[in-house]
Amino acid sequence: MTIRWFYYAAPQTFYALAGRLWPWFAALATLLAAAGLWIGFAVAPADAQQGEGYRIIFVHVPVSWMSMIIYLAMAFWSILGLTFNTRLSGLMTRALAPTGAMFAFLSLWTGALWGKPMWGTWWVWDARLTSELILFFLYLGYMALTSAIDDVRRADRAGALIAVVGAINVPIIYFSVTWWNTLHQGASVSLTRSPSMAALMLWGMLIMALACWLYTLAIVCYRVRSLIIERERHADWVQNLPEVAGVKP
Amino acid sequence: MRWESWAQFWDMGGYGLYVWGSMGMTALFIVFEVWQARVAHQQALALAATESQDNP
Repeated sequence: MTIRWFYYAAPQTFYALAGRLWPWFAALATLLAAAGLWIGFAVAPADAQQGEGYRIIFVHVPVSWMSMIIYLAMAFWSILGLTFNTRLSGLMTRALAPTGAMFAFLSLWTGALWGKPMWGTWWVWDARLTSELILFFLYLGYMALTSAIDDVRRADRAGALIAVVGAINVPIIYFSVTWWNTLHQGASVSLTRSPSMAALMLWGMLIMALACWLYTLAIVCYRVRSLIIERERHADWVQNLPEVAGVKP
Repeated sequence: MRWESWAQFWDMGGYGLYVWGSMGMTALFIVFEVWQARVAHQQALALAATESQDNP
């Protein structure tokens, strides 16, 4: 099966595709979040060491994973944009950034609320926490830069550079707990060995992570449509959209 | 169900502030982001609509 990638990479076709997809992603995200929260808060037992406090894991790990994955997705679209000059790339990168920043902030926030009772401190300048803070600033830097440059295509290119260069920080975050001696614990889940968690806790966490994935897909599909309309507003196809014609006075 | 009462559920074994502070902030941000995205979409549609008025 061949997928006509460049056909769907045209903003006009992607606008329609994203419009059909986002309600499904949103519905699935809601169902998965409900299932994950049920497992996390009603089924999974208390932790032997941390009691009920460990339940922060059901939000902390998913939002932290997403904060890294979204940055990699931005770097991916940026590389496409810089090499093929596709119109959709800059729009997708812009649509991803606010959600990535949100997840990075939530990773730091939930981490602080977990650190206080378990480590005795809200914050420590260890490699994992510091590199995640840098990720948060990279998101803010991307958004500040792209909104500061008036020429949108130039803004896209400048933003793409931040996204690509900043992506080096993502493996640093991921491997920080093995490369340096950190207060933050090592990975409980990895691809190379069996997880060091009880099955129920693991399932709750993975379902919540999947819910965050689908939420991201939904909100990015939704947001990119607004960005497409804004940028292509002079084009006939936008002017002929029923939703635009409906707003006209 | 693991909880005997709502009070016990909200207390989270003494970690209530930390657990609900995490879940609550996450829920708040998601609600805000969804609301913000809807506003931005309406604004984009309105902008496109006025554009056609300027250049008929």
